[in-house]
Amino acid sequence: MIEINKLEKCFGDTQVLTSIDLRVNRGELVFVIGPSGSGKSTMLRCCNRLEEPTSGSILLDGEHVTDCRGRALDRMRLKIGMVFQGFHLYPHKSVLANVMLAQVKALKRSRSEAEARAMEMLDHVGLAHKASAMPSELSGGQQQRVAIARALALDPKVMLFDEPTSALDPELVGSVLKVMKQLRDEGMTMVVVSHEMNFAREAADRVVFMDGGVVVEVGTPEEIFGNPKSERLRAFLSRLQPSGA
Amino acid sequence: MSNFIDLFFNLDIMGQAWPLLFKGLIITLKLCAVVIGLGVVGGLLLALGALSPRRWLKWPAVGFIDLFRALPPLVLLIFVYSGLPFAGLDLSPFMAVVIAFFLNNSAYFAEVFRAGIQSVPKGQTEAARATGLGAAQTLIQVVLPQAVRNVLPDLLSNTVEVVKLTSLASVVSLSELLYSANMARSVTYNSSPLVLAALIYLAILWPLVRLISRYQRGIAVH
Ligand SMILES: Nc1ncnc2c1ncn2[C@@H]1O[C@H](COP(=O)(O)OP(=O)(O)OP(=O)(O)O)[C@@H](O)[C@H]1O
Ligand SMILES: [Mg+2]
Repeated sequence: MIEINKLEKCFGDTQVLTSIDLRVNRGELVFVIGPSGSGKSTMLRCCNRLEEPTSGSILLDGEHVTDCRGRALDRMRLKIGMVFQGFHLYPHKSVLANVMLAQVKALKRSRSEAEARAMEMLDHVGLAHKASAMPSELSGGQQQRVAIARALALDPKVMLFDEPTSALDPELVGSVLKVMKQLRDEGMTMVVVSHEMNFAREAADRVVFMDGGVVVEVGTPEEIFGNPKSERLRAFLSRLQPSGA
Repeated sequence: MSNFIDLFFNLDIMGQAWPLLFKGLIITLKLCAVVIGLGVVGGLLLALGALSPRRWLKWPAVGFIDLFRALPPLVLLIFVYSGLPFAGLDLSPFMAVVIAFFLNNSAYFAEVFRAGIQSVPKGQTEAARATGLGAAQTLIQVVLPQAVRNVLPDLLSNTVEVVKLTSLASVVSLSELLYSANMARSVTYNSSPLVLAALIYLAILWPLVRLISRYQRGIAVH
């Protein structure tokens, strides 16, 4: 489904990603962990070209994401949903308008079709009753679920999540994770950067550990959390949970 | 005292001068509409140029903005009106005023739009582009509405400045409101037409000025 080959990214003189190779299969949930500054966000952002890779290639269903330009890139991005740490809902538009905008303007759906789809997606994330609210009237967890609905309404082939719960109060994290779990169960292909290790254990098919811009270790949650091979991963996990739990 | 009222608030003379002042007012309003319209469009394009990563766009736009913000509008006006004919360009007073004030005003609008666009968080653009919206769609649907809302008081202030600026056009004998009032004054040997002109300016601008302070208070409260 997604194929990342020899991805490199430099910001000026500093190399942030070094020869990243990663394959994500259809319907798989790949979880990405790693210390701050290890390049997790940069890798995710290269997948929809919010960041321009320095070299290497990324393919989605055999199509080159890295070669697209202009309108072709816009069309490619429709197939790649992204959810940000900071939600980034459009504050001047209602919840419904947020979910409709790209459907109408980028996917060229009719307004009625887009509205029907938007309501369906809002219902899916449990927020149909907030359709006419403004984003500022919602809690962080609700805003993030709207952001998920906004991405889903475009029928993407894959969803990228960059720390979707890191900006949320602890009591609101669960509602967002529940929606993500539900998505996974429906067979959505997902790449999730997050610090929610319990969620990784429960929901991830594979876990990728990045450090210093390289993929250090890949494995099932049991392998990564139960039997970490590399010293760096062991150090990372022990820093995360000093109790060793 | 009655002498004072006679000289400044003479209703008879105001009544006589009114048709002339009304014609002047129409020209002032036309001038405002054209200069503000062009200024907003030009300012927006200049702001986009100034924010562009492309140097061949950015550099000329920034140069234009700096130059015409620094030049006094009256200097610009006299230069366009009296200087350009030497270059073989004969302009009507109206066109000269439009060109001079467009140069000045678009530079000011550009600064306001630039600040507005920069006030919109980068995440907004990223979210829009990530959903497949193009650069122009992102600008129109997502960035500009927020940018304009963030700098609305400044946009309105700029509009007020344009209305005031148009009175300078009397220097090149364009018979706008102030010029007409001054004509009427010199014919009647009475200052009441000027007072009437001032009242008309006040009637146009006072609501705008009120609106601006309302917005600014609103922002301060938030
Ligand atoms: N636009 C940029 N310009 C220069 N350097 C950048 C830029 N974006 C990221 N970096 C650098 O690239 C490195 C990787 O950043 P990235 O955001 O991908 O890390 P991360 O793993 O997502 O970290 P975190 O867990 O803190 O989000 C960091 O050292 C960061 O300083
Ligand atoms: Mg990050």
